[in-house]
Amino acid sequence: MEWEFTLLLIGNGVLIGLMYSLIALGFVVVYKATDAINFAQGEFVMLAALFSAAVMVLMELPFWVAVIVAVLGMVSFSFGLERVVLRPLLGRPVVAVIMATIGLAAILRGLGPMIFGAETRSISLPVGDEPLRLGPFILQPVQITGALVALAFLGGFTWFFLRSRMGVAMRAVADNQQVAMAMGINVERYFALAWAMAGIVSALGGVVWGAMLGVDVHVSLVGLKVFPVVILGGLDSIVGAVVGGLIVGIVENLAAGYLDPLVGGGSKDFAPYVLMIIALMVRPYGIFGKRKIERV
Amino acid sequence: MFHRESGYYKTTYAEDGALYPLPIAKWTVGILLALFVVLPPLTTAVTGALAAEYYISIVNLILIAVVGAIGLNILVGYTGQISIGHAGFMSVGAYTAANLAVKLDLPFWITLPAGGLMAAAIGAVVGIPSLRIKGLYLAIATLAAQLIIEWIINHTPAISGGSQASIEVDRPAVFGYPLKTQRELYYFLLLFAVLAIVGALNIVRSRIGRAFVAIRDQDIAAEIIGINIFRYKLTAFAISSFYAGVTGVLYTYYLGIANYENFLISTSIDYLAMIIIGGLGSVLGAIFGAIFVTLLPILIRLFMETFGTLFFTTAELNNIIPAMRLGIFGLLIIVFLVLEPEGLNRLWRNIRSYFRVWPFSY
Repeated sequence: MEWEFTLLLIGNGVLIGLMYSLIALGFVVVYKATDAINFAQGEFVMLAALFSAAVMVLMELPFWVAVIVAVLGMVSFSFGLERVVLRPLLGRPVVAVIMATIGLAAILRGLGPMIFGAETRSISLPVGDEPLRLGPFILQPVQITGALVALAFLGGFTWFFLRSRMGVAMRAVADNQQVAMAMGINVERYFALAWAMAGIVSALGGVVWGAMLGVDVHVSLVGLKVFPVVILGGLDSIVGAVVGGLIVGIVENLAAGYLDPLVGGGSKDFAPYVLMIIALMVRPYGIFGKRKIERV
Repeated sequence: MFHRESGYYKTTYAEDGALYPLPIAKWTVGILLALFVVLPPLTTAVTGALAAEYYISIVNLILIAVVGAIGLNILVGYTGQISIGHAGFMSVGAYTAANLAVKLDLPFWITLPAGGLMAAAIGAVVGIPSLRIKGLYLAIATLAAQLIIEWIINHTPAISGGSQASIEVDRPAVFGYPLKTQRELYYFLLLFAVLAIVGALNIVRSRIGRAFVAIRDQDIAAEIIGINIFRYKLTAFAISSFYAGVTGVLYTYYLGIANYENFLISTSIDYLAMIIIGGLGSVLGAIFGAIFVTLLPILIRLFMETFGTLFFTTAELNNIIPAMRLGIFGLLIIVFLVLEPEGLNRLWRNIRSYFRVWPFSY
């Protein structure tokens, strides 16, 4: 019985972990290409969820329209954001970019409920909600969908960065902007492209997380889980985002299963951060991250 | 501050580092201080006791925010180490003082430094990773510290005092006389705000402050010219957290209750907004920022309650006002970052340099 309980926790941890990595991928793509840190990733997801909820609940259009609207909305939003806010901050200290995205997060959390209303809306994926029983595992279809989407993005991004011409150019931009410029790469266009990719990931993440949690301002709280994921996996690694997500998902589920009875709840939100602090002390650049060498 | 500087050139380092750049500056500061001392009776005379109580309570909030903003500015503005966990240090100070005041019945002149020192100790521990990590990593580590402190306080009844994690505290008593009204509390808070300002001015113009600035501008170069980076980074964290702890204690005495809900991440972000809007790396900027950010929500509420009722019902307004506050807040942070990175302090300096030779053009 005991090992079945453990397996159940691990199984759910894997699924929820993949859903975390779905959000973390957006963060990693932006950081990898532009060195910008997006503290508003959770709010991106919230915005996408609000878009899809607006389409599905308020206009009562079918699911695929909602997905398309969310993707288009998020892509144009992140294009505009890069243009208006982040481009003027190029070359400024890292604190400035962090604060700008924190400010952006505040704007989105303020405007979201003002425009879309404060109540929680539920959206549903066309996958049913009958849990799938597989041996000791009990799996939610929403989570399976999220995990599959995350894996699809993992495959897509891996191919994009390793094989496609644009992906190689983007890696060049990430490595050294000046040299990339000298090689005839339009750096600013690739910055915009990276933000657009983050927008697409966030759009799908928003639909999936919105379907799981219900759409309101609290969806943005999943953004707080992005940091343990990316620190563990490595800030600039696509694979790292997925592995980090799996670790965080499994650890928080095990903590919830075994520690909660001892400390009286809440260890789910606590354990990933302790793990992250340890990771920062031991290996700050993460499992798959690239170590940065600093010179005067 | 308000005087015009003209025909005065600094020729020695001692002059450059002096607390008062000009003899007249002593007069300006003295007059300003005198104005602050007579503010409560003046307000009472103009508006009546009840309204004065309200206005002075707002000034009190500003005085508390000034202490916290100056402390955070020492860390972020002067040393260049970001912290998104400052509200966590404030809650450490608040709960330390509240526990000492309630369980051991200690007076404020023990609980206040104790709260500050406890926060400084915790802050120094949180600062340890800053030796290896910086920028984004440090931001995330301090964010984690904020969440972990919050969680620990919330889950340890010995600290948080049981139900709803709040401890009621009596108002501070000076020589056995409890400060009951806001106007009496004002002098108590003013004293600490002035101490904080003078302390910070003296830190940043001394050896320590110069080491902080060197670390901010280029840490590897600073190490090569003989600054012990580890020690000074931890000092910055400790001093800054001490200020934060004192802010938490003052806020607890102001409210009469220690509650972790007053020290969530949003509070950390409020304080970061203060120093960015006010101006990074400047004591005066931190004061401007504290005034601005404290007044902003009050003004928004006033504005919306006056004009918003034309368009919205009261229930809608209750939803809109906090959301609007958050939105305007974020917008201001971005606008200042993009358009005026040196904040209100820079605008103030521009005004001053315009009037320096006024009405002549050169």
